[in-house]
Amino acid sequence: MSGLELINFYVIPGLISGSIYALGAIGITLIFGILRYAHFAHGDMATLGAYVALGLVGSLALSPWVALPIAMAITALVAVVLDRVFYRHLETRPKILTVMASLGVALMLRSVVQVVWGVDPQVYSTGIVRAESYGGLMLRSRELITFATATGLVLFLMAFLRYTRWGKAMRAMSDNPELARLCGVNNEAVTRLTWVIAGALAAAAGFFLGINTELNTMMGWSALLAMFAAAILGGVGRVEGAVVGGLVIGLVEELSVLVLPSQYKMATAFVILILILLVRPQGIFKGKVL
Amino acid sequence: MNPVLVMHQVRGGYGDADILHGVSLTVNPKEIVVIVGPNGAGKSTAMKAVFGLVKIRDGAILFEGEEITGWKPDAIVRRGISYVPQVKNVFAEMTVHENLEMGAFLAKSVKAEAFERIYTLFPDLKAKRNALAGSLSGGQRQMVAMGRALMLNPRLLLLDEPTAGLSPKYMEQIFQICRDVRDTGVAILLVEQHAKQALAFCDRGYVLATGSNRHEGAGQELLNDPEIAQMFLGG
Repeated sequence: MSGLELINFYVIPGLISGSIYALGAIGITLIFGILRYAHFAHGDMATLGAYVALGLVGSLALSPWVALPIAMAITALVAVVLDRVFYRHLETRPKILTVMASLGVALMLRSVVQVVWGVDPQVYSTGIVRAESYGGLMLRSRELITFATATGLVLFLMAFLRYTRWGKAMRAMSDNPELARLCGVNNEAVTRLTWVIAGALAAAAGFFLGINTELNTMMGWSALLAMFAAAILGGVGRVEGAVVGGLVIGLVEELSVLVLPSQYKMATAFVILILILLVRPQGIFKGKVL
Repeated sequence: MNPVLVMHQVRGGYGDADILHGVSLTVNPKEIVVIVGPNGAGKSTAMKAVFGLVKIRDGAILFEGEEITGWKPDAIVRRGISYVPQVKNVFAEMTVHENLEMGAFLAKSVKAEAFERIYTLFPDLKAKRNALAGSLSGGQRQMVAMGRALMLNPRLLLLDEPTAGLSPKYMEQIFQICRDVRDTGVAILLVEQHAKQALAFCDRGYVLATGSNRHEGAGQELLNDPEIAQMFLGG
């Protein structure tokens, strides 16, 4: 196998699914870092985002790329409402209750998607898109847009966290919640902001998963393990860690096919998760130890 | 001269149990007041009561003549009191400069002078402004914590055992910084474990035991009292 084949058939798909995992993992890592619990409904939130975009494409005949930002906004709103209705009143109880509640929310979101859109796989647009050659690199335009948009979203989020008043408040809350409150940071506002970001990015992850493959109601749930593995590999609470973790998991999954039967592709994320917990539980970027 | 802070017969604690059984104290402008006493005397609790972190069941707390009993911490910060907890008092994963910015979070926009004022008070921090607070030594972290608390120009600074775990050299430095801060017009109320050194450096002191006032007076006066020397200071 030539180097170009390796890149075209394994590395590029790996980077694409890696960017998708990264978008999901960022939300997981932010929720873990700031609200201190594992959010198991994150995958199904991505599914919801993907289907909301599908609904916009179908009913308003929008281009999928126009539907994306609207779906992100709607899913962000849904995330804020879910927090208000299902998670907030558990705030003072042990975190495991919220984790279990999120499992329930996951099932609920999936059922809503199944009731509204049915259980058959769907696509944003029919027809075959041929890859174009860029000096031997075979790329589809949707793959380029996926990668560029994911990169743009990550850079935007990092700049937000680093330079803005509320971005710093989010980091402060993740770093030392008691002291953040003493500084007058409003816990509720930071929680809401966290859900807006996590919900919007989850919708983007679901959308890109759908546009690069197909939409089905289990898509988010199936990607959840890889997203958690990415967040933990990178270091819990670290946005840059979630990105690196996502790309690593995506690449390893694709490359594993070279040496393992392809049925084991999904299991590689699990293996990485166990290895990182054994060897370096704080993750690549020294996140919080769970 | 009107006192900055008056605590009058405060009774309260966490949950249902009372830790404070009628504590009274006064802090006057430009004064460093220290609270000492044996373990479990309610020193830190008395200070936290001022900052709205304790359930107060009886008594009153007045700041510049206004009653602030039962106020929430962020309202108290806005009113002009800042508090430095004993532990976990910096944002370890943020830079020194960002720690100061967080201190001024309630101000929405921060003037460059505010940072300059803090960096003048703590020249060590200026060189380290882009270092992560978690990478600093214990003494420097304490400076970051105090600097953060001073960003909003409080009239009263509450310090909970600022010298805990520090070497004698740093202890002296922190005390000197307290004097410098006091000289800029900020009154300071602090809790200290190192009773002798603290009484020697403060303007006035209160000795608490089992949640109530035991002695009060000028620092040197208390140090010379044989009863106090024997009770709390180990002779």
